[in-house]
Amino acid sequence: MEKAIVKVEGLKKWFPLKTGFLQSLTGKTLNVRAVDGISLEIKKKEIFGLAGESGSGKTTTGKLIIRLIDPTKGKIYFEGKEITELKESEMKLLRRRMQIIFQDPYESLNPRMKVSDLIAEPLRVLGLSRGKETIEKVTEIMNAIGLTPPEEFLLRYPHELSGGQRQRVAVGRAFVVNPDFVVADEPVSMLDVSIRASILKIIISLVDTHDASFLYISHDLALSRHMCDRIGIMYLGKIMEKTASDRIVKEPLHPYTEELIKAVPLPDPTARRSADVLKGEIPSPVNPPSGCRFHTRCPKYIGDICKQKEPPITEVSKEHYVACHLYT
Amino acid sequence: MVVLNVQGLKTYYFTRRGPVRAVEEVNFQLEKGDGLGLAGESGCGKTTVALSLLKILPLGGRIVGGKILFKGEDIVPFSENKMRTEVRWGGISLIFQGAMNAFNPVYKVSDQIVEAIRTHEKDVNKKEALQRGRKLFEMVGMEPKRINNYPHEFSGGMKQRAMIAMALACNPDILIADEPGTALDVIVQAQVIRLMKQLKDKLGLGMIMIAHDLSMIAEVCDKLAIMYAGYLAEYGDIVKIFKEPMHPYTRDLIEAFPSITSEKHSLISIPGYPPDLLKPPSGCRFHPRCKYAMDICKKEQPPFAEISKDHYVACYLVGGK
Repeated sequence: MEKAIVKVEGLKKWFPLKTGFLQSLTGKTLNVRAVDGISLEIKKKEIFGLAGESGSGKTTTGKLIIRLIDPTKGKIYFEGKEITELKESEMKLLRRRMQIIFQDPYESLNPRMKVSDLIAEPLRVLGLSRGKETIEKVTEIMNAIGLTPPEEFLLRYPHELSGGQRQRVAVGRAFVVNPDFVVADEPVSMLDVSIRASILKIIISLVDTHDASFLYISHDLALSRHMCDRIGIMYLGKIMEKTASDRIVKEPLHPYTEELIKAVPLPDPTARRSADVLKGEIPSPVNPPSGCRFHTRCPKYIGDICKQKEPPITEVSKEHYVACHLYT
Repeated sequence: MVVLNVQGLKTYYFTRRGPVRAVEEVNFQLEKGDGLGLAGESGCGKTTVALSLLKILPLGGRIVGGKILFKGEDIVPFSENKMRTEVRWGGISLIFQGAMNAFNPVYKVSDQIVEAIRTHEKDVNKKEALQRGRKLFEMVGMEPKRINNYPHEFSGGMKQRAMIAMALACNPDILIADEPGTALDVIVQAQVIRLMKQLKDKLGLGMIMIAHDLSMIAEVCDKLAIMYAGYLAEYGDIVKIFKEPMHPYTRDLIEAFPSITSEKHSLISIPGYPPDLLKPPSGCRFHPRCKYAMDICKKEQPPFAEISKDHYVACYLVGGK
């Protein structure tokens, strides 16, 4: 088995909620428990997917792993070395090796910078190259992301690009520094379906040529499945199920995973399902339900144990982890 | 019964750089209780079609040709006043894209629904309108008392439900939904899709669903119209089109959808970008991206031909010369 590039243990992130004057007197602070104790590892050269509804903590997990925000509890390892407590100056050495692609290319690119500057910026900030070498690297990555011929795009501003082209630039910025680990947070959800695949293909081929590992965060299970080697399903800050992407779709074990898969619309008018959809919405992460967090909506609720005891995540069959009392 | 018959609709936006030919030639029919999906990439004119049907085009936009027969009567020459009292809301109503932001944040939802009802039906008093609002809330699966909330007190899914309730306030014949699923979560999206399908069947609504997501259309609609750069590329029964897509663009669009149930395969995308409608390509507007483009495709727009009963395709590959 390949060695892990990234590993997290018991990772938690609680955001304190702003409270009113009266509540501040009682001394009780409320917390949004965005990520509430997760452990996972991403192997070298692996594409790992995190899926779940909004508010499940996927994005926060991504940001925690590359230390864009600091965890409340838990440990983060990069290539076996703990990086949880590293100072920003020490982190800077690792920044080249961990990159992130954000969701919205309309907001993640500085509108006053040209494409050439946008792509060269990481090289400059991290002091990786200068002068001619920078130009070579930028040109090379522009070919890789399909903005060709580069001369045509180098001097354009983001507003002169389409959504798909912008996201290509964002991908280029992440890969120009030759990273070992890249996080992408819903990189194609703002784009048209017809161009999603082309962006994802570019990402996959860049991950491949750079021998990088990749964390793909998305709520779209149909795409995740085609992209990823393994997928973790998150719900209210916890990982509910984790296994190979094909397996999670074909033999989901956790009732939440089953519901998520059932909810994905099928591009086939003859396969219309009348099956019931999960009712209600994800509960507030400020005060998550007791026991299993999913018990309030679970169609397979088996009794008090679900309400009282939190199911541990256990290996039910080889490499297939589930947190559900049905399997304990 | 045919409630809507659109013939040769042509809508341009007149800008300083010249006319943007957003809708060039669109033909379709909608029967009572039928669902029509209008699909295509961003910028192909889908929303412009919807805005044309209600004649609420932004400044510079104008219907320059064609007919929109609503219950047999052409509404293109209608005055603003006539549109308001006879067509909008009570006849055809629209759920805008990004419905989450379509409510006014400083008024209660109840006030907004009452206003909508009383603007379009002058003889209804406030109390009756509110009563109707509560019933609508119940119908879309929300607690009637929540109607007194402000929009920010709703989650995204609830806002979308409230928006649907509001669109149905004057008992329309046709409901147009512009990208009703975007910005919603998988599960909430599935709930909204089910709700729309239920309402369509229960109220006998004619529904036009605009989406770039074919899978959502596949869940609700009976007919499918594929739009590309202002033209309809293909139009017909949805099951038939999914089974045997005739236009190369339709085929590409369907293939670009990874299905969760199919075997894992490499992802497929359509190369290139949709054209700039200020300077659309000559001939068939899809020819620069088409694998099968022939000489004639570059010169002439293919006719929108009926290749079998109720199945129309605009392509020289299938229609013949």
